[in-house]
Amino acid sequence: MFPTEHFLYLGALLFSTGLIVIIIKKNMIMVLLGIELMLNASNLNLVAFNLLHPGTVEGHMFALFVIIVAVCEAAVGLAIIIQVYRYYQTSVPDEVSELNG
Amino acid sequence: MMASFIFYFFEAVVALSAISLIFIRNVFYGALLLIICLLGLAGIFVLAFAEFIAVTQILVYAGGILVVILFGIMLTTKISGKPLVVEHDNKFSGALAGFSFFALLIYSLSKESFVVEPSQMNQGNFSNLQVMGIGLMSDFVLPFEIAGVLLLIALIGASVVASSVKSKSS
Repeated sequence: MFPTEHFLYLGALLFSTGLIVIIIKKNMIMVLLGIELMLNASNLNLVAFNLLHPGTVEGHMFALFVIIVAVCEAAVGLAIIIQVYRYYQTSVPDEVSELNG
Repeated sequence: MMASFIFYFFEAVVALSAISLIFIRNVFYGALLLIICLLGLAGIFVLAFAEFIAVTQILVYAGGILVVILFGIMLTTKISGKPLVVEHDNKFSGALAGFSFFALLIYSLSKESFVVEPSQMNQGNFSNLQVMGIGLMSDFVLPFEIAGVLLLIALIGASVVASSVKSKSS
């Protein structure tokens, strides 16, 4: 049995890494990778907290539904990225600034 | 002893691949690093007695999302022969936000102690998989069905959005 804190520390590291990747990368696909990293950090936390309640599977259920929503988000996000690339010929989010006031 | 070695090995793999994702500049290598990170997370899920989540993670992420992301990388790269290199921006503010959030999380986690309550310690031998299967069909049947509808909507929406060809601006 491993200490639950070590799961949570790894989850914290993954979440902050995803946050940094989202902020500093200038490519939409890299931003999507950072979002996947953050979603997986939340999954790791859900599974780790389920360890504290043996005999129940609520945490696993939540992790399963988070994975399903992540699939939908990645599919729709990549479709939008491809359309934006076709229209603006760029995949840098800062250059798509037509709606800037 | 062996299990603990495997656990910290997987943790090191996940942490190193996630951290090197910050510094990598090639999008394709970034996607490959994310595959390594997600497979290591699947190993950690197995060690946390979440076998079903681990198998789902491998099937859905390594088999599904990463293939879609690789196709996205290929479709959004200008055909010029050179690899797609990403510029970094907002380095200081990104590092500041990430490190301060990480410090906050570590500080608040280190003040708490997470132990299994003794009343819940001995639940007998039960199978996670069996409980999950029964739960998906009884207690969680509504979110299960909604998840199916959501997947259908996302599938149709993604194919409609990606297939319509608009006129180019330039």
